[in-house]
Amino acid sequence: MDFTPLIISLKIAVVATVITFFLGIYAARLIMNMQSRWKWLVDGIFTLPLVLPPTVIGFFLLLILGKNGFIGKFLLNMNIRVIFSWQGAVIAAVVVSFPLMYRTTRGAFEQIDMNLVYAARTLGLSEFKIFWKIIMPLSLPSVGAGTILAFARAMGEFGATLMVAGNIPNKTQTISLLIYTAVAGGDMELAMRWVFVIVVISLSAIFAMNIWTQTQSKGGGV
Amino acid sequence: MSLYVDIKKSLNGFKLDVSFEAGKYTTGLLGASGCGKSMTLKCIAGIEKPDSGLIMLNDKILFDSKKNINIPPQGRNTGYLFQNYALFPNMTTLQNISIGLSKHQRDKVVMEKIEKFGLSGLENRYPHQLSGGQQQRVALARILAKEPDILMLDEPFSALDSFLKWQLEQEVINVLDGYNGTTLFVSHSRDEVYRICSDVAIMSNGKIDTFGDKKQIFNKPTTVATAMLTGCKNISKAKKINETTIEATDWGISFVVKPHFDDVNFIGVRAHFLKIALQNEINSFEVEVMKIIESPFAITVMLTPKGKSIPIYWEVEKPYWELVKKTGMPKFLSAQPDKILLLK
Repeated sequence: MDFTPLIISLKIAVVATVITFFLGIYAARLIMNMQSRWKWLVDGIFTLPLVLPPTVIGFFLLLILGKNGFIGKFLLNMNIRVIFSWQGAVIAAVVVSFPLMYRTTRGAFEQIDMNLVYAARTLGLSEFKIFWKIIMPLSLPSVGAGTILAFARAMGEFGATLMVAGNIPNKTQTISLLIYTAVAGGDMELAMRWVFVIVVISLSAIFAMNIWTQTQSKGGGV
Repeated sequence: MSLYVDIKKSLNGFKLDVSFEAGKYTTGLLGASGCGKSMTLKCIAGIEKPDSGLIMLNDKILFDSKKNINIPPQGRNTGYLFQNYALFPNMTTLQNISIGLSKHQRDKVVMEKIEKFGLSGLENRYPHQLSGGQQQRVALARILAKEPDILMLDEPFSALDSFLKWQLEQEVINVLDGYNGTTLFVSHSRDEVYRICSDVAIMSNGKIDTFGDKKQIFNKPTTVATAMLTGCKNISKAKKINETTIEATDWGISFVVKPHFDDVNFIGVRAHFLKIALQNEINSFEVEVMKIIESPFAITVMLTPKGKSIPIYWEVEKPYWELVKKTGMPKFLSAQPDKILLLK
């Protein structure tokens, strides 16, 4: 069995998860501190990829990243082509997994007792210190869970990836895409093998998430 | 005066308009829930921003809307004790106390505070491993380690059961005795305020209703809000009849009071100042017993003046109540002229 699709899938999902991790936390913090009356709109845009059909996301990404898109043009000038590359798949995975990370983290931030933040301020702690020493540690269980959810979502991404990165064997063909190709070509046995792999990975992710939440709620003094 | 506050803030239809001065002793802010007590403290601490006004602490301007000064909470050096103590749950006692301190302050102050607040042996415990009393001590130690210019206690006992409350109150009184700066104590409990503070500001609907020496305020309230918050259960609209007589219109009773009063629209009679009387005694009025409410050590009797439906409350201690029960329910009650509160 050729494991290239597994490696491609993992590579895309891991890189995407790392990016989503920081973007999601940053966005959650941004929204939390936002006073503007347009907060609901920004929140809506951040959440949109969760509810939009992946093909629509793929469509938008093609518009932006394609050779006539404003980012695509800029990247082409620097000789970088993201369409039909694994980097394109990473971007697609980031966009679809971002809302999961953003929403779980934001939920955790909002559950923190504001008196803790107020107390920290009167004690003279800088906002930076308050975030990293108090808010983040207290949100860790949810941040961890959000990360695992984002990883699972990135791993299973299909529609947007297909549109942005294509279905190029040994280059952008992830497990999800391979299963589709195999079924379309009538190779049910090959499809079945990869279905098994993806089920195992997904189950492990859920299992990891449960263990994480349990250990976090037991120890750590929280 | 070391603290000067004169601020206005409106928030969701609620208007806060507070001005007072406080010296280096304990001033109580007494008021019902939602009257703006906590908001006032939060404005002083810099957690909330007033719409306009001036806040000065020891000649340092903390907030001045005219000069556009609004020092962030980090730069105000205030000590704020929250009702739930707001200890950081992810930090030990030691970390909680030392987090706000600079490195060289740390070594000097932290161990001294741990010693002083009886926290030795609890240094490495997390807040959830401490009792309520220990948590309060950690919170106080954390605040005092920074040597704040003002101490603000925001309903520190209101979430506790009564036995613990008593114990922690004594601890706080000890701490306050050893602190020589301005202290503001916010509470809705008149007993706590009376025991802990020397000056009292009575707050009602976002304004300071009365401000002054606690004894003066508790003995001779002059406004309805103050009478109610100091525990007066019986208040009626009133009409002046002549120089020594006033009619409580809600109850349909005329009372002889101490002479020379003006500007009186209400009168109040504290429930425990009512006495059993004979028909022809001064200020006696006929009553009917409606309901008897029993507390552990006292009895409150709800009565109505003859022919009226607005109740009057009469409070007696239990041993006396046993005597009353033997002789039968009273037909007449009275209040001495000097016990009747004349209110604006």
